[in-house]
Amino acid sequence: MDPLIELLRNNSNRSPKEIALSLGVAESEIAARIAAAEADGTILGYSAVVDRLKAGDRRVTALIEVRISPERDGGFDRLARRISKFDQVRDCFLMSGGYDLAVIVEGKDLLDVATFVSEKLSTLGGVLSTATRFELKAYKENGFLANGGGDEERLPVSP
Amino acid sequence: MEYDNKISHIIRDLPRSGIRDFFELVIGRSDVISLGVGEPDKPTPWPIREAVIRSLEKGQTSYTSNLGLESLRIAISEYVTKQFRVTYDPKTEILVTVGVSEALDIAFRAVLNPGDEVIYHEPCYVSYSPSIKMAYGVPVVVQTREENEFALMAADVEAAITPRTKVIALNFPTNPTGGIMPHEELAKIAALAVKHDLLVFTDEIYCELLYDGRQHKSIVEFPGMRERTVLLHGFSKAFAMTGWRLGYACAPAPLREAMMKIHQYCMLCAPIMSQMAGLEALKMGASAYEEMRQSYEQRRNLIVSRLNGMGLHCFNPGGAFYVFPDIRSTGLTSKEFAIQLLEKKCVAVVPGSAFSSAGEGFVRCCYATAPDLIAKAMDLMEEFVNEVRGK
Repeated sequence: MDPLIELLRNNSNRSPKEIALSLGVAESEIAARIAAAEADGTILGYSAVVDRLKAGDRRVTALIEVRISPERDGGFDRLARRISKFDQVRDCFLMSGGYDLAVIVEGKDLLDVATFVSEKLSTLGGVLSTATRFELKAYKENGFLANGGGDEERLPVSP
Repeated sequence: MEYDNKISHIIRDLPRSGIRDFFELVIGRSDVISLGVGEPDKPTPWPIREAVIRSLEKGQTSYTSNLGLESLRIAISEYVTKQFRVTYDPKTEILVTVGVSEALDIAFRAVLNPGDEVIYHEPCYVSYSPSIKMAYGVPVVVQTREENEFALMAADVEAAITPRTKVIALNFPTNPTGGIMPHEELAKIAALAVKHDLLVFTDEIYCELLYDGRQHKSIVEFPGMRERTVLLHGFSKAFAMTGWRLGYACAPAPLREAMMKIHQYCMLCAPIMSQMAGLEALKMGASAYEEMRQSYEQRRNLIVSRLNGMGLHCFNPGGAFYVFPDIRSTGLTSKEFAIQLLEKKCVAVVPGSAFSSAGEGFVRCCYATAPDLIAKAMDLMEEFVNEVRGK
């Protein structure tokens, strides 16, 4: 992978100047490469990874296992894209194994998610079945441990 | 009681580590960005920690062989063969120790008679001279210089050789400078060792942390060297295992046996938990550190550019995770620089003088620190340097 993209995946918050010095290229080149990656859709967007509990976010999240029937032209793509367009859907992946799509949905409460599943998702033509599993607690999100990684006592100065 | 006469003269006359003095200024302050540490900023990789938890659950808490677990010695032998292209017999030529510090100590004690001279290079890690003195040897210093990017020059070594010289001690990449050895200079030092029939102790603790696509070469690989080399290595730096205190020595059987005699009486064996951790670390191999090494390389680029940008000349070190900028242009001594930077800007670096008089005029900054903290520390250091210069 492009080391610039790798670096941004780990932390998108670093300044172009600092990235330029780290990778040993000109700052203007970094800015241009980021702009190009944004323009061609390599970089989809930026967001902070948040401990939702600490942020007082009371919304609920569910993983919905969806089985769908593939279409003659395009397989799962058309329906998967259609599902992805709902604002409630945070992530949507085509999976191997016992079901086809893993759809991660956020709603303001249980009823909100249940309504989305029963009225929007399961009524779509081609959706064969859904199984909804609610998230109870986040321990690790996007590579970050919730509640930190422990309090290692590192000496401030050592030989 | 008059304790002065009760303490051994050798110990009484050893200087206190300069690091300790500075440590006491920093300890207890939570507002400090520290570039003062000598270890990775991440804890030991989780698979290694997890393997040790599992071994504790299984009740693996006993003594091991004095030499260390045989399975670990076999793994070390395989790793050393891959890393240094030299093979050691796990049964007769490898000893597992409590860090490289113990290995170095018992290596000196195993070979030195009172008055034997050991040539070593400064600036260096704080324990070389004291370890030699504690083994009744005579430390003979060869300075490395910034104009050579702190590599050791064979001509300087040759000038220091006397009929009493017994050992040349090397540590490259080096703490605190990040200096590495050009292969041709290493070849010349190897030839000197052969010519004068000297032993060589090579402390390879930073050998995995090399940058810009460099391949490590150890002095043990040169002709005639295996029979006269004690290769010392450990897990602290590459595998982020400083607190486990695990190292090893590889040497021809008679030398390993002599070291073993001391080790069995003073240490018995390295802790089994640490040995289990080492076993898992070697199973992981380069996958345990390669990502960190790449990250260190980027951090080094960042810190070297920033230091030079603020007018503190700093060569681009080829290894370890330290930079050693020249601060003489500020008109301060390295201790004044470090103390004032700490007091005014809450950034901790270690004065070069803590690593011998040869380090005066420099400070050590460890870049095994999160990039955003490095950037912030550099902003603060730049402010400080500008203030000192009256800009």
